[in-house]
Order: sequence, then C-alpha cells, then structure tokens
Amino acid sequence: MTTRYTKDHEYIRVDGSTGTVGITPYAQEQLGDIVYVELPEVGRKLAQGDEAAVVESVKAASEIYAPVAGTVTEVNEALSGEPGLINSSPEADGWIYRITIADAAELDGLLDADAYAAHTA
Amino acid sequence: MADTAEDLKQVLLDERHRALGGRMVPFAGYALPLQYAGGIVAEHLWTRDHAGLFDVSHMGPAFLSLAEKSGNADADHAAIARVVEPLVCGDILGLKPGQVRYTLLLNDAGGILDDLMIARPAEPGAAGDLYIVVNAGTKDADFARISEAAGGRATLRRADHCALLALQGPEAAAVLEGLLPACAELGFMQHAEVPWRGATLTVSRSGYTGEDGFEILAPPDEAQPLFDALLSDERVRPIGLGARDSLRLEAGLPLYGHDLDDTVSPVEAGLNFALSRRRREAADFPGAGRILGELADGPSRLRVGIRFDGRLPAREGAPLVDETGRTIGRVTSGGFSPTLEAPIALAFLPPEAAGEGARVTAMVRDRPVTGTVVELPFVPHRYVRKARP
Repeated sequence: MTTRYTKDHEYIRVDGSTGTVGITPYAQEQLGDIVYVELPEVGRKLAQGDEAAVVESVKAASEIYAPVAGTVTEVNEALSGEPGLINSSPEADGWIYRITIADAAELDGLLDADAYAAHTA
Repeated sequence: MADTAEDLKQVLLDERHRALGGRMVPFAGYALPLQYAGGIVAEHLWTRDHAGLFDVSHMGPAFLSLAEKSGNADADHAAIARVVEPLVCGDILGLKPGQVRYTLLLNDAGGILDDLMIARPAEPGAAGDLYIVVNAGTKDADFARISEAAGGRATLRRADHCALLALQGPEAAAVLEGLLPACAELGFMQHAEVPWRGATLTVSRSGYTGEDGFEILAPPDEAQPLFDALLSDERVRPIGLGARDSLRLEAGLPLYGHDLDDTVSPVEAGLNFALSRRRREAADFPGAGRILGELADGPSRLRVGIRFDGRLPAREGAPLVDETGRTIGRVTSGGFSPTLEAPIALAFLPPEAAGEGARVTAMVRDRPVTGTVVELPFVPHRYVRKARP
C-alpha cells in the first residue's frame, strides 16, 4: 500500500485499484474543530480535481478535491454523527470516501510522503 | 486576502501571541491570532466557563477633549456632547460620570457607518473629555469624521498605539480583584481610570461575548506586563479572533461590515435601544426622517437570529428562500455554536417572515437547510448590573 498526497492536503491511500481519501493531519490542524462533513454519493464519478466533499469547521467551509479520477464506492458514514473523527484520527477512522481508481497513471503526478512533508514544512 | 505579511501592522503583543502558539492571520490590516494551540471550540468554552483574554488592540480607542474647558464639569460635558451628538443617535449629553454607552455613527440616509462606545469620564476634573472606541476597519474614516465635526472645538487624540485587552467570562471579576481592585466597583457599562504600577489604565466593564468582563486600555509600556500578569492567573487563557467571533454570534451581537453596513438602519438592525428617547423626540440625528418613519411604520427588513436544524452551518452570504424558492433574505453572519452544538446565524428577513418561531430555509451549496427564527441572544447574556456606590 502506498499513500500519495495533493498540494491541497488530501491523501489517497492506494490498495490495488481502490483509493481511500481523506485529509492530512496538517490539514485538520489548520482547519480546527470540524463540525460537519458533506459526503459524496456512492456511485458518483469524479474527475481529478472535482469537488468531492466539503468539510465545515467552526470557522469556515473547505472543499475536498478528488486526488485522482474514479467512482465513489464507499463513504465514511461515521463522520455524519462524529465529524470530529477527522480531527482525532485523520488518517484512520477519519477517512472520508473510497474510490475505484480510473487511471493509476494519475497517481504519479501526486506527491509522495517526502515531497508532501517538504510542501508543508 | 490582499494583505501580505509585509503590509500588516503588528500589535504590541505580537511576540507574545507567537510564543503562545497563536496562528497569526491578517485582520483589518493587522496580524492577529485567529486561535492558539487549543483551538476555537476550547477557547470559546473556556471563556464561557472561566476567563478569556483577548488582544483587541486593532480597534480604535481615542479621547476627544474640549479645546477650552470652563472648569464646570456639567457645562464642559454638555459642550463636548454637543460636538458628537450631531453624528450619532445616542444620548451623549445624558451620560452620567463614568457611564459607557453603545451608540451608532449614522449617515444622512440613516445608514450605520459604525457602531461604537462613547464614555464620560468618572472624574469631574476630566469632564469635557469623551473616551471613544470604534471598530478597526472603520477607524480612520470615523476619526476623520469626528475630527472634522469637532472643528476647533475639540481635539481627537488616538490611542490605538496602546494595547486594548479584553478579559471576558464569569471569572473575569475575580481575576481582577487582586490585580486591579478598583475594577470591582464598576457596574456593567461603567468605566474608570485605574492605577497600575504607576501608570493609568482606562478600564470599562463591557465586552463582546455576552459575559461579564472588562476592556482595558494600557499604555504601550504596560502592554506586556499587564498581559503577562493576567495570563499568570490559571483561570485566564488567551483567546483568538475565531472564538471572539463565535462568542459574539452566540450573544447575538452584530459585527460591523457583516451584519451592519452603511445601508442598514438602526431599526432594521434591531438596535432601537440605541435610539435615545430625547434624540427621537428632537429628531436631531442623521437620517432621522427615515429612522423615525421606520419606527412608526416598521422597516422593510429586520435582523433576526436563526437556529438551523441538523449540523450544517449556513454562513455569511447564504440566501434565505421562501417556499417557491424566491430569495427573501440573506445570512450576514453564520457559524457553529459551540455552546448549543448547533448552527446559528444572524440574517435579514422581511418583517412578515421574521417573527419568532417562523420557519426559514437557507440555501447552502444548492442544498436547502431549514431552521427557525429564534429570540436573540442565542445564549443568555450574563452581564453584572450593579449601581455604583
């Protein structure tokens, strides 16, 4: 399994043809207390860069973009009742949605862990 | 935002905010802490339960002084009141010594140019002065307007090179008991000059959170010692702009530039209490024609509080629609209330849709979000009203 990152602070954890998308610990720290998450619909086809979800913090609404193209297969329903999971566990229990990756080549254009760390340094 | 780090003005306590982990953001031309490490919700709840310390040095404190004082306190106060009253709708003449009043700077069309505090000094020797605090984003224009109106009769001395700190919350008074004992004598909306380490602080019992609290103007040299002394009390934590906004929203207090602007009248804004009886009877304030007409016949829109169902906040700019989808109003401030754990907003609606209990629909990203018009404030005020001994 590998994880790739966008400059907008989404991560995609890749397991075969499935990607799990969420926001990074850095992003949740910047957003602060999250009070609501608008999840995408299962079955929705996303192009790379499409607005896939919206995360509302106390202060502001932030769009979550699709790191790569694909079809939404699953969303994290736990976030509806407990949006703070993104704060407490952004990379595990606070994942947002899963997609079937349409074109694995798009992953090559994303940042790896080292490049992302440099991006947020 | 257009501001770049180089353009931003620094407050005196800039270093302190950074050392405390403050996330500095541009606001009204200044770099100010949005929040510290604990986050907005923790800061908000701390202020409701204990005492929060806010640096509001970006705001516009100033002293307006009569050029030629007679030495008769009441006559000098009347003279300085005559300088300011033509600009505002409040009764400045009627201020008692030490009293602070919330009032509105109006244009000739009855629109609000700013909301501000005007105070009469407690000491008879200082009669003929007024202590004025205006908003950060409007201060240059406000000060120019007041100076122009004063002509040669009075001089405006800006104090925005000083530090303005707000200590807010149910434990604020107890914190100041040891540090500034004279503050205990102040009732809500009273102010006094208070000695501190050989300097003088201007302290008013007032604030922008709905809690009991104090706003303290400190000379530049005293900014850090006072900030440190207040923070050394374990009941006090530093609070950023984020929680300042969520606290004032829960308290139903309008924010200039968002809920108030130069088209909104005091009646539309639900600020009738700021239209003093004497001024209404005299009809001698800017825009009196429109404003008195709205008092008699009702305004065409009203500022209301809305509590939304569910958890999705409707924020500033969100349209409010009727059952046919027609836009009838707009959210002017909205967010998530940490105290109520629900989305709340201030908005303008036509009077027929603005009654308490009326159901409303906001559109958020093309999705309808339903809510109910509720009485303001959302969270009850806990001001300490007491007579000055």
